[in-house]
Amino acid sequence: MPAYLDTLTAKFPGAFATSEFRDNRRVLVSAERAGEVLVPLLRCLKDECGFDYLAELGGVDYLNYPGATDRYAVVYGLANTANAERLFVKAFANDPDPELPSVVDLWRGAEWMEREVFDLYGVRFAGHPDLRRILMPHEFAAHPLRKDYPLRGYGERHNFRSVTRAES
Amino acid sequence: MALTGLLPDFLVTRLDAVASLLRKHSLWPMPFATACCGIELMATASSRYDIARFGSEAMRFSPRQCDLMIVAGRVVMKMVPVMQRIWLQMPEPKWCISMGACASSGGVFDTYATVQGIDRFIPVDVYVPGCPPRPEQLIRAVLDIQEKVQRTGTIDAREFADRETYEGPTPLARELGPEQTIVAPGDYRTATRLRVPLN
Repeated sequence: MPAYLDTLTAKFPGAFATSEFRDNRRVLVSAERAGEVLVPLLRCLKDECGFDYLAELGGVDYLNYPGATDRYAVVYGLANTANAERLFVKAFANDPDPELPSVVDLWRGAEWMEREVFDLYGVRFAGHPDLRRILMPHEFAAHPLRKDYPLRGYGERHNFRSVTRAES
Repeated sequence: MALTGLLPDFLVTRLDAVASLLRKHSLWPMPFATACCGIELMATASSRYDIARFGSEAMRFSPRQCDLMIVAGRVVMKMVPVMQRIWLQMPEPKWCISMGACASSGGVFDTYATVQGIDRFIPVDVYVPGCPPRPEQLIRAVLDIQEKVQRTGTIDAREFADRETYEGPTPLARELGPEQTIVAPGDYRTATRLRVPLN
């Protein structure tokens, strides 16, 4: 077991689970504990365990996924720039009000990535300085990467007005 | 000697026909290129295919100087007000070529974000099939535009004046529930965006 997991277990006993897939080690934070545990856990990984770089931050919708118990997950891909080690922290969130604490205070680069997850999945990030849509138009009402969003949309493609020859 | 010998002493024609004859040989395209069709559009303008043979080589990136809009590539929903504004900025008389499968019908991008044919939002004169079309096809479209200009063109562009109604396909708009309704992003006439707070 790597040393950073010992550090995490000592500081946050029972707050997370771990799993492995090939050479990826993952730290799973449940939806109930994520609000209080996630930011201290990531801060510990950043400051004490050497995972100083947030390489990626993405969302997952587990609707109708076999064996899934939570609806949404946000995946934090951490990298250790000293020894190239990687660690994935996965925090879960659930309907009707999926919310996770923001990590912008730890990594400024998370700001736009959290805005993207909010835009496309509707997961809110508490403490984010500027949580607006980043890809879709500001008037857009839905979150299009959710699995229950229809592929062709709710009719957003249709309700622009047409320009005719006479008025142009 | 030779020319004066062949021509009659005077010709009678309509002013419209003369204007159209001159106009059709100097179309100024506005390249609205958003995707791979734009590469073919550039190839059409290059020396091998040479759209200059048909008088359409003067591509301008300002819509104020153009009279032929070539929409090359897929157009996303967020781009529609921009496209409509560029179309409105072009001076009359003007024509539009919808180049490629995506601009004409959405192509393979049948998703919530992609426009399913630009003819739902601006008038289109000639459609070019293909993914992407070959430069020869675009040249064929330019020739078709030339024919259309010759047949319907008038010197003061009054052929457009009586087209009051929308000519495109049947709008797909349907009744939306209140939870589904969105408004178009921005006013296409001014391109100002509506700023609604999210919360």
